[in-house]
Amino acid sequence: MYDAPHTTERNVTKQDIKISARNVQVYYGDTHAIKDVDVEIEAQTVTAFIGPSGCGKSTFLRCLNRMNDTIDIARVEGEILLDGEDIYDKRVDPVQLRARVGMVFQKPNPFPKSIYDNIAYGPRIHGLARNKSDLDDIVEKALRRGALWNEVKDRLQAPGTGLSGGQQQRLCIARAIATEPEVLLMDEPCSALDPIATGQVEELIDELRQDYSVVIVTHSMQQAARVSQKTAFFHLGNLVEFGETSKIFTNPDDSRTESYITGRIG
Amino acid sequence: MNEKRHIVSAFDRDLEGIQAQIMKMGGLVEDAILNAALSLETRDEELAMKVRDGDKAIDKLDEMLNEEAARVLALRAPTASDLRVVLSVMRMSANLERMGDLSKNIAKRTTVLVQMQPIGSTTSALRRMAREVQNMLKDALDSYIQRDAALAMDVIERDSDIDQMYNALFREFLTFMMEDPRNITACMHLHFIAKNIERMGDHVTSIAEQVVFLATGKMPDEARVKADRTSLDKGPDLGPEED
Repeated sequence: MYDAPHTTERNVTKQDIKISARNVQVYYGDTHAIKDVDVEIEAQTVTAFIGPSGCGKSTFLRCLNRMNDTIDIARVEGEILLDGEDIYDKRVDPVQLRARVGMVFQKPNPFPKSIYDNIAYGPRIHGLARNKSDLDDIVEKALRRGALWNEVKDRLQAPGTGLSGGQQQRLCIARAIATEPEVLLMDEPCSALDPIATGQVEELIDELRQDYSVVIVTHSMQQAARVSQKTAFFHLGNLVEFGETSKIFTNPDDSRTESYITGRIG
Repeated sequence: MNEKRHIVSAFDRDLEGIQAQIMKMGGLVEDAILNAALSLETRDEELAMKVRDGDKAIDKLDEMLNEEAARVLALRAPTASDLRVVLSVMRMSANLERMGDLSKNIAKRTTVLVQMQPIGSTTSALRRMAREVQNMLKDALDSYIQRDAALAMDVIERDSDIDQMYNALFREFLTFMMEDPRNITACMHLHFIAKNIERMGDHVTSIAEQVVFLATGKMPDEARVKADRTSLDKGPDLGPEED
């Protein structure tokens, strides 16, 4: 029965590999936080990282756009390739990398600027717009893709911080996609949102999948089940199991995965 | 199967609750099969009536189980082996409910048959067949409790014995009917009883398949040989048709 074709929505078709991580180790000082992680993130796919607190899922997520560079005691070993190129190569500019691999955080963190400027900030510093009307187009497109345009089009100069929590988070997503990244990393993007705003963000994630590769860290297993096509389960710094979401949630191979997703003490 | 307890202990209680109910239902169905066959052999009309009345309790349990399973699905959103417990319980409940109906039907026919002449020793053969099905059910329920896929596979294999017993009886009834057309009414009833028991074997097989699914996450392979060939049976050769 589990061999039966799933609904088209759930179809997992093999996509190109966007990010390939091999033998990744992360140390915080003497603490070995990530151990031998191998994972392949596919294009046009939502990949969910799940696992108990402190299992390393956020740490690993932050490796994918070198956010751990900002932590002095953090050391990353191994190989992470974006479209076949090593992102930890000395010639790679982390700022350029982060334009290609965008990130959305747990708490909505709009800049204390207008809605317009929140979106325009990235395209401006990366020189993506030649003139004002170019920039207007980019802002509108990003806000439309962020499913926020209709709610804010009449008050683009209002401060971004004046929006509701759910709107702020969609603003941050719109800001992240304004630079046309290839990969979008999301670290618990809905944990501060109510169920309706969560639903809107999940709908947005599903739409973004058409163009981007999305990697989401979530504590809500139901959310992982709802939005992702692939799921990776982390435990004590190890990648325990990685596979199709429908398989992980119905018949996982590893007993630790089973214990975690069924809500048993692991 | 996961032996660890849930962090939310009420979840464990919910799952244990529906599994206890399915076991209770299984016990009632085992009794119904045995008593229906016994009433047939001993021509005990009173016992047959008891079986007919007893089906209400089985139906009630089926209804309760479905409600309870729906509640667990809605409130606990079970995954993996927990989800399989709920799914398998729902399917097993439907199988057991059908078996209850089939036993009731046997009892009904028994109340008619006691008014007629016995047909050879066919009721003893039917009782042996029923006992074998009840044994299969008992093992299937045991395999469920122990999450024992090997025992469940054994039950699945044994269904072909039931099919063969049915084949033999089918021919016997044909012979009796050809010998004397006055046997036809009784034989028709007896044949339906045999078919009911054969169907119950199929339901037990389906329950055992659920156990395999529960224990392994996969349905058993469709390698089972069908031994009931009566649907292709043309009957004994009666020679050329006479004008």
